[in-house]
Amino acid sequence: MTNTSERAIAPQAWVTDKLLMGLSLETYLRRLVTPFNLVAAGILAVGLPLIVYRFAYGLGAVTNLSQATPWGLWIGFDVLAGVSLAAGGYVLASTVYLFGLKQYYPVLRPAVLTGFLGYFFVVVGLMVDLGQPWRIPYPVFYSWGVTSVMFLVAWHVFLYLTVQFLEFCPAVFEWLECRGLRRWAVRLTIGATVFGVVLSTLHQSALGALFLLAPTKLHPLWYSPFIPVYFFVSSIAAGLSMVIVESMLSHRIFHDQFEPERSVDLDGITLGLGKAASVVLFTYFFLKLLGLADGARWDLLATPYGWWYLVEMLGLVLLPCLLFAFGVRHRRVTLVRYTAVLAVVGIVVNRLNVAMVALNWDHPDRYVPSWMEIATTITIITLGVLTFRWIVNRMPVLRSGPAFAEDH
Amino acid sequence: MNLTRRTFFKVAGVTGAGLVATPNEARAATVAAPGGAAMLVDTTRCAGCRACEAACAEANDLGPPAEVSSLEIRRSTDQRTFTVVNAYQPPDGGDARFIKTQCNHCVDPSCASACLVKALEKTAAGPVVYHPDRCMGCRYCMVACPFDAPKYEYDRAIPYVRKCEFCADRQARGEAPACASVCPTGALQFGTRAELLEEARTRIYQNPDTYVHDIYGEHEVGGTSWLYLADVPFDRLGLPDDVGTRRYPELTWPFLSAVPLVLTLWPPFLMGLYAFTRTREQSEASMHEGAAPAETETHHD
Repeated sequence: MTNTSERAIAPQAWVTDKLLMGLSLETYLRRLVTPFNLVAAGILAVGLPLIVYRFAYGLGAVTNLSQATPWGLWIGFDVLAGVSLAAGGYVLASTVYLFGLKQYYPVLRPAVLTGFLGYFFVVVGLMVDLGQPWRIPYPVFYSWGVTSVMFLVAWHVFLYLTVQFLEFCPAVFEWLECRGLRRWAVRLTIGATVFGVVLSTLHQSALGALFLLAPTKLHPLWYSPFIPVYFFVSSIAAGLSMVIVESMLSHRIFHDQFEPERSVDLDGITLGLGKAASVVLFTYFFLKLLGLADGARWDLLATPYGWWYLVEMLGLVLLPCLLFAFGVRHRRVTLVRYTAVLAVVGIVVNRLNVAMVALNWDHPDRYVPSWMEIATTITIITLGVLTFRWIVNRMPVLRSGPAFAEDH
Repeated sequence: MNLTRRTFFKVAGVTGAGLVATPNEARAATVAAPGGAAMLVDTTRCAGCRACEAACAEANDLGPPAEVSSLEIRRSTDQRTFTVVNAYQPPDGGDARFIKTQCNHCVDPSCASACLVKALEKTAAGPVVYHPDRCMGCRYCMVACPFDAPKYEYDRAIPYVRKCEFCADRQARGEAPACASVCPTGALQFGTRAELLEEARTRIYQNPDTYVHDIYGEHEVGGTSWLYLADVPFDRLGLPDDVGTRRYPELTWPFLSAVPLVLTLWPPFLMGLYAFTRTREQSEASMHEGAAPAETETHHD
């Protein structure tokens, strides 16, 4: 109660406390001058004008997209890979709340935040790619093309973004010290988690199902009637691996956020996640093998596209699967962490293969992204990282919340 | 807990209404009547004069067509060219064959099924038309079209999809499409799909040595409103031979029909899982403390 009245009296103190992390404006600004921030500023200085340029002069001025290649890096990486890597939110939320594995709670909030920001910046990336992004609410509010898989994706990303925001709300309200609102947000947790899993199951697989309409364009080794299942199962592996990678980076970068008295067994968590990722990757590998047998195009394995397919399947799915298993069995935490990086790369490569490399594989015009497309993608990633850091530095994401959050 | 569950079902109900109920009805509406408008392209009669290209450009206000010899360059349609005539030289010498390409106006089009805002629509009259006021520019139609008919205005700040609309406006006025109305050789014949299929079969029957005994578009992708006759295999004229005879929307249909199943089965399954977990936790807690589980509300965080 006292907080509320104090805030009303001293908005300046509130700004200092909540936004400037308790520093004076001058100190805060001076502390912003770090090598990391300079690099980030450099990226934004190039990328943000590029985005303006793209909207002023059209997609053709910035991208190498063509009439034969309507989807490029922005769909392949920003949207497809982005959504799969943001799967950690629903994977961890169901682990902790539905399976009741409370020991994973310490990595839940960062996972939910990564998921929420992941989706948010997927939408940002999509808006840069859409011809008329100001019409993005149309499939929800204006014209319903219910026969479209894309319609399902649009609805689900919209709903899931809302759900993930609700899931993250307790941290926001702890930061703002809104006890009552937080209690309401917490009550929504189970409903939001269940709804989040349902939405994720459907739209993760739907992103794969988009390509069902391209049987003559997607290379036969990647085209499969099971592609929705592939996208869903691999998103679980991507989510688990991203949580490992993200917690590894967070512990290095935000070490001041971890209170020594609150002992977190991150190694144990990493090994547990690695074990799960190994099982999921093996399932994924086996399903892909079934699809390969079903398609019966073994002959294509001996072509350049076949070799690339084998690199993906053996080097970026089976290898991380085995390394995870080995690392967990011998409790080699560092190995598990680097394997997670490899697994993440593997899923990204898969999405890029489906959307860019193996699509239009026999078309004479091959698409290669322009430097401006790559710079825009890097800009959006940078914005995501900066937002993540801004939130982690202020809200109880890695550290525990204020005392009232603990009252069980 | 009660409140959470109630809230959850409320939300699930709302989205269920949007995502479960409608696909069946909408799907039925996209399949056109068999008597819809169609065009028969008899490539044996085409002289490659490209009058159709000029008429198309004029009717759609596209600017004059490119000044190129259609014999020299293989062209494709683009955002300012809705139709092109290409020449194909037979490998064994002999006369060149000419073929006009444009949107084939599928009977059950992939593009329309792919459009999330119904900007592309198969009308009962036959044409697959475009509603520019709905299009958000995702370009999924371009990925979905097996004939690469939809083209995009990458060079515009406010871009749209462009393609042949079978002169739907002229058809509505009772006129033939611009291309057919200027064709001097009778290579383009406008009519209903049913009568043009009869006409095509008659020509094959009466000239069995001339024509390939097949009508391209009768069964391809479940049927198209543009039908082709030729005296050489169709793939030699650049028509794709790998598109199959399935209606493209059937490719995503199994997935879309599984959606209601997931929406109805996942929540009770997950809630059940949660109930198990909670019961187990409570019994564990009571075993540890040797007391009854706490009556107070559990915080799920």
